[in-house]
Amino acid sequence: MFFYAPTDADQGVIQKIFYVHVPMAIVALCGFVAGAVCAVMHLRTRDRRWDMRSYVAIHLSIVLAVGVLLTGSIWARASWGHWWVWDEPMLVVFLIVFLLYATYQPLRFSIEDPEKQSRYASVFAITAGAFVPLCFGAVRMAQNLTHPQAGTMTTSGPGSVTVTFLVSLTGMALLFVTLCKYEMASKNATMKLRSLRRRLAGDDDFGAATGARSAAPQL
Amino acid sequence: MTGALPIAAGDGYVAAAYLIFLFLVLSYLAIMAVKLGRIEREVVEIADAVDRRADAAEAVSQRTKEPVA
Repeated sequence: MFFYAPTDADQGVIQKIFYVHVPMAIVALCGFVAGAVCAVMHLRTRDRRWDMRSYVAIHLSIVLAVGVLLTGSIWARASWGHWWVWDEPMLVVFLIVFLLYATYQPLRFSIEDPEKQSRYASVFAITAGAFVPLCFGAVRMAQNLTHPQAGTMTTSGPGSVTVTFLVSLTGMALLFVTLCKYEMASKNATMKLRSLRRRLAGDDDFGAATGARSAAPQL
Repeated sequence: MTGALPIAAGDGYVAAAYLIFLFLVLSYLAIMAVKLGRIEREVVEIADAVDRRADAAEAVSQRTKEPVA
């Protein structure tokens, strides 16, 4: 992206932030929607693995959303001269979505019963997941946007901008999927260990020191 | 979007944005590595407990096989 993509005539080198900021935002928002889809599957099938998938997708999307807010602030400072602009709907809506999802983990942690925890978390994930396309659809239909739109930035420039953007987006999506699988494997291993501990605890005091309460789903 | 800063001054901002992304990914990987280390320790602990139980069970079976004088 630094050698292949051309330097923007208007913003100069600052525009290169676009190739990390926008793919991160798109993947984070898709991750929230994917979390909602997994939550629907969990409520339909009552299979805890779907709850785990929903949890991991939302967890990773929150991490990416932090990155989006930070890189967006840097880009805003470099382009507009301000770290944050409150009258820009895209920024405020993203912050609202981030704050909404920031309550997901505390919600899970506040419910002790694993069955209730997974059910309430799924309802939350579906409601919040439906909120994401609604909000961003409304913002995109709004007039007088200062915030650049990903579509216009890639189609108005030369083809190399589109190619670089698509490669960045694919890379970000693959990173997201890989980290999701990594975290899923880790959570499954932890759950299996916990189950083994419980089985061993029947005969000796090995399982007495069980781990602390967690917001993560329990299989 | 009008450039509030000269282009040369933008290099630092671009570097900062990419470093933040790198920092997030590396922090995530570091946290996952710590969790993986904990899982490994627990596996060793459970394997030891299983071995101890197997040894104890073997000792009991040996004792029951010994002839009573």
